[in-house]
Amino acid sequence: MDQALANPALAGHNRPRNPGVPLAADWFESIGVNASAVERRAATLTTRRSVKKEYQAAWLVKAMTCIDLTTLSGDDTPERVRRLCAKARRPLSDEILAALDVADLGLTVAAVCVYPTMVAPAVRALEGSGIPVASVATGFPAGLTPLKQRLEEIRYAVSEGAREIDIVITRAYVLGRDWSALYDEVAAMREACGRAHLKAILGTGDLKTLRNIYAASMVAMQAGADFIKTSTGKEDVNATLPVSLVMIRALRDYRERAGVDIGFKPAGGLRTTKDALAWLILMKEELGLPWMQPDLFRIGASGLLTDIERQLDHYATGRYSAAHRHPMA
Amino acid sequence: MGVIKDILRTMDYGPSPEGSEHVKAWLEEHAGGFGLFVNGAFTKPHDLFEVFNPATGEGIARATHGSPADVDAAVAVARKAQAKWAALSGFERSKHLYALARHVQKRERFLSVLETIDNGKPIRESRDIDIPLVARHFYHHAGWASLIDSEFAGTKPVGVCGQIIPWNFPLLMLAWKIAPALAAGNTVVLKPAEYTPLTALAFAAICVEAGLPQGVVNIVTGDGATGAALVAHAGVDKIAFTGSTEVGRAIRKATAGTGKKLSLELGGKSPFVVFEDADLDSAVEGAVDAIWFNQGQVCCAGSRLLVAESVAEALYAKLRARMANLRVGDPLDKSTDVGAIVAPAQLERIKRLMREGEQEGLEFFRADESLPARGCFYPPTLVTGVEPASVLAREEIFGPVLVATTFRTPDEAVALANNTRYGLAASVWTENVNRALEVAARIKAGVVWINSTNMFDAAAGFGGYRESGFGREGGREGLLEYRIADAPKIKPSSAKPARLNAAPGLLPAGAVAGSELDRTAKLYIGGKQARPDSGYSYAVLDPAGREVGLAGLGNRKDIRNAVEAAAKARSWGAATAHNRAQVLYYAAENLSARAAEFARRLRAMTGASARAAEAEVEASIRRAFIYAGYADKFDGAVHATRSRFVTLAMNEPWGVMGIVCPNEAPLLAFVSLVMPAIAMGNCVIAVPSASHPLSATDFYSILDTSDVPAGVVNIVTGEANALAKTLAEHDGVDALWYVGDAKGAAEVEALSAGNLKATWVSASAVDWRQAEGREFLRRATQVKNIWTPYGE
Repeated sequence: MDQALANPALAGHNRPRNPGVPLAADWFESIGVNASAVERRAATLTTRRSVKKEYQAAWLVKAMTCIDLTTLSGDDTPERVRRLCAKARRPLSDEILAALDVADLGLTVAAVCVYPTMVAPAVRALEGSGIPVASVATGFPAGLTPLKQRLEEIRYAVSEGAREIDIVITRAYVLGRDWSALYDEVAAMREACGRAHLKAILGTGDLKTLRNIYAASMVAMQAGADFIKTSTGKEDVNATLPVSLVMIRALRDYRERAGVDIGFKPAGGLRTTKDALAWLILMKEELGLPWMQPDLFRIGASGLLTDIERQLDHYATGRYSAAHRHPMA
Repeated sequence: MGVIKDILRTMDYGPSPEGSEHVKAWLEEHAGGFGLFVNGAFTKPHDLFEVFNPATGEGIARATHGSPADVDAAVAVARKAQAKWAALSGFERSKHLYALARHVQKRERFLSVLETIDNGKPIRESRDIDIPLVARHFYHHAGWASLIDSEFAGTKPVGVCGQIIPWNFPLLMLAWKIAPALAAGNTVVLKPAEYTPLTALAFAAICVEAGLPQGVVNIVTGDGATGAALVAHAGVDKIAFTGSTEVGRAIRKATAGTGKKLSLELGGKSPFVVFEDADLDSAVEGAVDAIWFNQGQVCCAGSRLLVAESVAEALYAKLRARMANLRVGDPLDKSTDVGAIVAPAQLERIKRLMREGEQEGLEFFRADESLPARGCFYPPTLVTGVEPASVLAREEIFGPVLVATTFRTPDEAVALANNTRYGLAASVWTENVNRALEVAARIKAGVVWINSTNMFDAAAGFGGYRESGFGREGGREGLLEYRIADAPKIKPSSAKPARLNAAPGLLPAGAVAGSELDRTAKLYIGGKQARPDSGYSYAVLDPAGREVGLAGLGNRKDIRNAVEAAAKARSWGAATAHNRAQVLYYAAENLSARAAEFARRLRAMTGASARAAEAEVEASIRRAFIYAGYADKFDGAVHATRSRFVTLAMNEPWGVMGIVCPNEAPLLAFVSLVMPAIAMGNCVIAVPSASHPLSATDFYSILDTSDVPAGVVNIVTGEANALAKTLAEHDGVDALWYVGDAKGAAEVEALSAGNLKATWVSASAVDWRQAEGREFLRRATQVKNIWTPYGE
């Protein structure tokens, strides 16, 4: 625990990989997912719990350490990535760190997430920090380029130094209920990842039904995904609490059956400290403390960090802060 | 500091207490004690009793113990205010209710905090559930107030309503009582529960600030004795009670024969049924909302978990894991799931039942036994392997205790669900819509939630089957409880009960019998003519005292047999309404074919003129036609409740009904009462006119030739009041209609308290030519609300 606290990012890579299991459709086809009941649970999760004052400050620090600080834009440049990495290394100002008495913890975000061609600049910029570089791959965000290219893209990103690969699944396989095709694809990607960890992006906004989402989660885990992740950030609907709840339930069921802990990463649309707290509450309630650490929980975000800084600044000073007072990413 | 580092290690929620300064200041202001709220002002406090915060055990206020004289004064004031209040236009009353809703909303946080301090429920619940529902209830009924004249034509306010509410949802139950009463034009005297009078007193202050006319709402605090004084008060026209079945029974007896309208919302032991194809994780959350909501102190709590054998262990494992996350403690903390039990006596009751369960060797699970050092707390508990015979499966625990039983098939699930005296609510979890609706239809409960639980809305009716009471609260069906027919006052029936003579030797009235063969009128039970158990027959006399025939002298055992036959014929209720209509039309047709014979019989028994007798037969044929027509047209409703819920209000037959007919109009009254009952799918035991029973006994050959299935109509002749008594006492009779004398009516009401069957009695003369319509159908049915969520 203390090690995790001292260097959360490194801890993430000490967890054993998910070896996967043979495809077993009965693990998901017999499972009921009731949308309205899931929505009701999700809606009251955050009204049943409240985190205030120093607890809230600590929770926000924790949320910060779980962020995959991300830039995935057409106009990304090596310089832009360098700036992001600088922010990843020093996510909070010295004043805030001092006020919270956490300066000695060497707090950073969990990872920096970029496109494959930006992996090399990111790795250079993060050298010595211990912060891993994650790369999206496999024809992100649509994932519809030929499999050969997609696997090649994974190998490229890994060779550039990416330690985590965020792949996208072929949503058509889910919509068409072609579970073996989905399984084979993710398994092939996992193999292509080599030592790098695989995060499977389900594109939940495209999958539409919660039953689809449960099934896709389970197949991805059976095929060896180390993390399951909601969204690319490019679908119409990104991470929502009901979707996250269903993925987490699948993850819990997989753990029960396969005995392996899988990580969860909501991405897209998480911008405020309120969102961060909501998802941390979700993790605590549904999975417990181990899933509130960056080795099993990531938040894919960029703007969220600024909001966390502002809130922590308020906690430290008692005054409300403004965004322009904090270094941009 | 190091604080942040520590928290980073544990990631605890930490304390987040809701501020209570404003409420404490208000209580401080009233440290001298609260008076009663009568005629728009607080009376001088007297005979104070202490009110406690159950989470701390501290006294927080003192309230006046209302005396019979106080009740007198309050009822008098309510009476005085009622005419004026009822005379206001619907729009004016609507504005008042709207103002109450607005003011409740403005005081939402104050009321939430006060409720939590007084009752012990978590602030999350009072803030997010109770108080918003209170406001919603007043808004909804503000609407009804302005619609009452157009939507409830032909009805008028009941008058002064005495309302007695429980401690589990103090302000919400107040809203459920006061809002419809006021909307319908009544005034009220409300007695809050002794444990939790404070939000009612705050509401009284809101009535003042909202400008409600004086005397429309009166609040008299006190204990059971105060409530009893209100129930017994001759100036009260209606009693509405929510609370225990035991007290409900006492109220039924106390009001019997007084003519007071009564609605009872009583206890429950509601099933929470989980099928193997259910979303088990969601079912677990449902269970949390069912039994660990308000510490399980919920009349409709899903307290009996019935789970398919094949998934029972999986569900229990998930439940146990979930229970470990329930936070028991300070109700004012925003992260508390389970607060305090309302009072030490209630806690002791829970503990006593648990001890009994332990003696039975049941398996108890508690995730965490540790409780706050002070205050009234009980940990969430799961008891598995509970068989139907266990005390924990039968008694309402009214605490955070879920008892689990397994089942093998849907049929067994339904049988277990219905194996209870109660019938308030049920929750059904399955992903199969066919199964969900089938089970919802078969469970005997006033409210069924599919894949959800404890959903409430002002637009939906709430109330129980069986010993969970009668009457509904909420929606159109709830409002009807606060209206009565706007008919001229009818004088009491002058008819005296017939004295029946079973000795031989009376002169026959041969002129009418003519040369026909001697016909023997028997009882009609289970589709067969049956000799009376007693072996006696009694003489049916014409007005001149001459014998026109003999009828069986039915007794208790005949009633018993008839009830058994009726119970066996229950599939009648599941027949299509079209089928029932066809059977009724056929009966009308056959009656029409034998009209002349029936008219002759009427003349012989009653001495009626040919014209009058023919008119009665004709009216009877017409009436049978009317109800044949109604059979498939007494539609239920889809209530507009929450978004993405279809809330179906279905009119269901009671099941087995007793119908005791008056002496007069021997054919028409019989047809007028029996036809609506069977049109709605009930099976009846009819006790015809004691003096003139032969029209009814002639009728059984009509039933035979009209495809009325055996047991749907059973006819037992004899002493009406004696047979009525047996019917009233019979636990297998679900509802009882009685038309007769005042003594019989009172007795029927008093004796119905046994199984709390619904009764409809009249000791007034009835104009049978007019006695038809939807009211009869409404009285022949009970409303089941089925909440079906949708969404994918």
